[in-house]
Amino acid sequence: MKHRSFFWFILPSLAAMLLFIALPIVSVFVQSLFVEHEQVLVVTENCGPFGCKQVTSVDVEATQAMVEKAPLGRFNGFGTYINRNHLAFAEVAAAWSSAQGLGDFAGKVMNLPFYKALLFTLAYTFIVTPLVILLGLAIALGVNALPKMLKGPTIFFSLLPMIVTPLIGSLILFWMIDAQGIIGASLQILFDDPDLSLKASPTLTWITLFVYGVWHSAPFSFIVFYAGLQTVPEDTMEAAMIDGATRWQRLRYVVVPYMTPLVTFIMLMQLMDNFRVFEPIVGFSASANATSLSWIIYNDLRGQDTQLFGSAATTSMLTIVGVCILLTPVLLRTWREFNRKAV
Amino acid sequence: MSLATQRRSASLIIFSTGFVILWLCLASLPFLWTLWGSFKVQGDFFSKADWSYALTGVRTQIETGAAFTGDGYFGAWIEQEFWRATLNTAIVVIATVVISLTLGTLGGYALARSGYRYAFWLLMAALVFRAMPHITLVSGYLLPFFQWNLWGHLPTAIIVLVAINQPFTLWMLHSFFLNIPKDMDESAMVDGCTRFQAFRHVIIPVMWPGVITTGLFSFLLAYNDFAVTGMLLSQQNQTMVPKIASFLGTTQVEGNVMFAVAAVVSATAPLFALVMFFQRQIVSGLTAGAVKG
Repeated sequence: MKHRSFFWFILPSLAAMLLFIALPIVSVFVQSLFVEHEQVLVVTENCGPFGCKQVTSVDVEATQAMVEKAPLGRFNGFGTYINRNHLAFAEVAAAWSSAQGLGDFAGKVMNLPFYKALLFTLAYTFIVTPLVILLGLAIALGVNALPKMLKGPTIFFSLLPMIVTPLIGSLILFWMIDAQGIIGASLQILFDDPDLSLKASPTLTWITLFVYGVWHSAPFSFIVFYAGLQTVPEDTMEAAMIDGATRWQRLRYVVVPYMTPLVTFIMLMQLMDNFRVFEPIVGFSASANATSLSWIIYNDLRGQDTQLFGSAATTSMLTIVGVCILLTPVLLRTWREFNRKAV
Repeated sequence: MSLATQRRSASLIIFSTGFVILWLCLASLPFLWTLWGSFKVQGDFFSKADWSYALTGVRTQIETGAAFTGDGYFGAWIEQEFWRATLNTAIVVIATVVISLTLGTLGGYALARSGYRYAFWLLMAALVFRAMPHITLVSGYLLPFFQWNLWGHLPTAIIVLVAINQPFTLWMLHSFFLNIPKDMDESAMVDGCTRFQAFRHVIIPVMWPGVITTGLFSFLLAYNDFAVTGMLLSQQNQTMVPKIASFLGTTQVEGNVMFAVAAVVSATAPLFALVMFFQRQIVSGLTAGAVKG
């Protein structure tokens, strides 16, 4: 295709992406360098019959005027990046010098909001992704063995957890694990502990969120593996059988190697999607025990009276850096493959 | 597969069937449970006495005189104006799907037919854009949109959703167009068509299966979105998902949780229908990217 016609064909789509994906990233970066104006305070002296009192109040009008003049706030350089709510260099250094042992240090660092969210996000990403792959493969093998007639309905019901809106899916499960809901109540009876609540302890909340994540994404990997299983060549399977391979050996040495490219694909998609985990935390009202990077951005932006644009933008920048680190191996691999093809 | 490789022992069949049944329960029971419970009162759905009340509807009998009640639906749709959110969702979703498919087919076609290096780089850039968490982009929009008075309107959310959709749409349609033989449009061009005419008369008639599949996923992305619609739309223009989230924030009053339950069931119903009618397309779409590695 000629350069010229390529340009006109791609222009609308490219313009949309540049304006609303690339430019916002620039905007996020600029915003992250600024911080909200300090409120203009006025000190007035109130003199009553019992002497004078100094009263400090916010001069709303003056503050408003300042915000209008410079909506970004005041320039702060990389100050926001290193403050307590983000990378917190000072606090980490203090924790390092005062900590007794590594565990104590980790505990202190994990109290900082950014690191807490980062830890959960990474844990979610790297625990849910492999489980999704394993469960998806298991379901695919199970469904593949079913009689043909049953496969359609099975796939229909299997798709539901994935297709449903994440917020809605997490709400549905949240209501069921409520102490007065079916699963919550059953667990209380099962463990004979009337105070058992999946919402109360951090560990249980984390596990709940992981379970939700696996439930939500397993259908995706199931469908991909199921389609892959249809392409495993019969000849190879038969050859393996004739050579005396057991069922397990055939699975391990014939089926699994055929699935490897699919595993890469699912892993890539899952890493991208799980790293942005956000809706389940809102749906499960889990923010007291588990926060993710996306959730702290949301929380900053939703601020009741002042929206912390600078702070949200800084976390966004750090998240974007995280995404890039996560994607680097994939991009490098694709690039190498592309070059090999070109040669 | 032939019978020879399919034959297996009885215990294995039982185990694997049992596993599938267990998975099916996990996948579908929560929905059935919530559907059933949405016709009960809160005292049954969140039963302090016994969870089986939700099945039998003891409190519902006492409070309303019947085993089922539509109070939750009435409250959500009429009192809380959920119909307005539904309408907004319909507008947003339809507009998003139509616009992103229009842009995506043009772009995807160009990417599939250009052998130059920059096409590859564009696809890679799209992949990186695809990985951006939506909320980080939203934090980039909010302040400018406030300043330019763009915040809160449906068209703003639509155009943003279109843009967020583009990377995925491009990838998907690009791989579909690769499957359409190059010879078709090239022979049309040999016969004197311009590139656009070739696209219009030769490619468009054969592209619909791919476009429908991609459209389904654009639909899901727009419909399921919470980060963008939740942050960029004013109260008046809220779509269903943020509306449901707002039910939870404000309605701690007895009985109002049922509004949220009813709304959740209402919002899930179209998705059920979608899977029922388009199961084949969804499955083929999910695997389209994978099979090509």
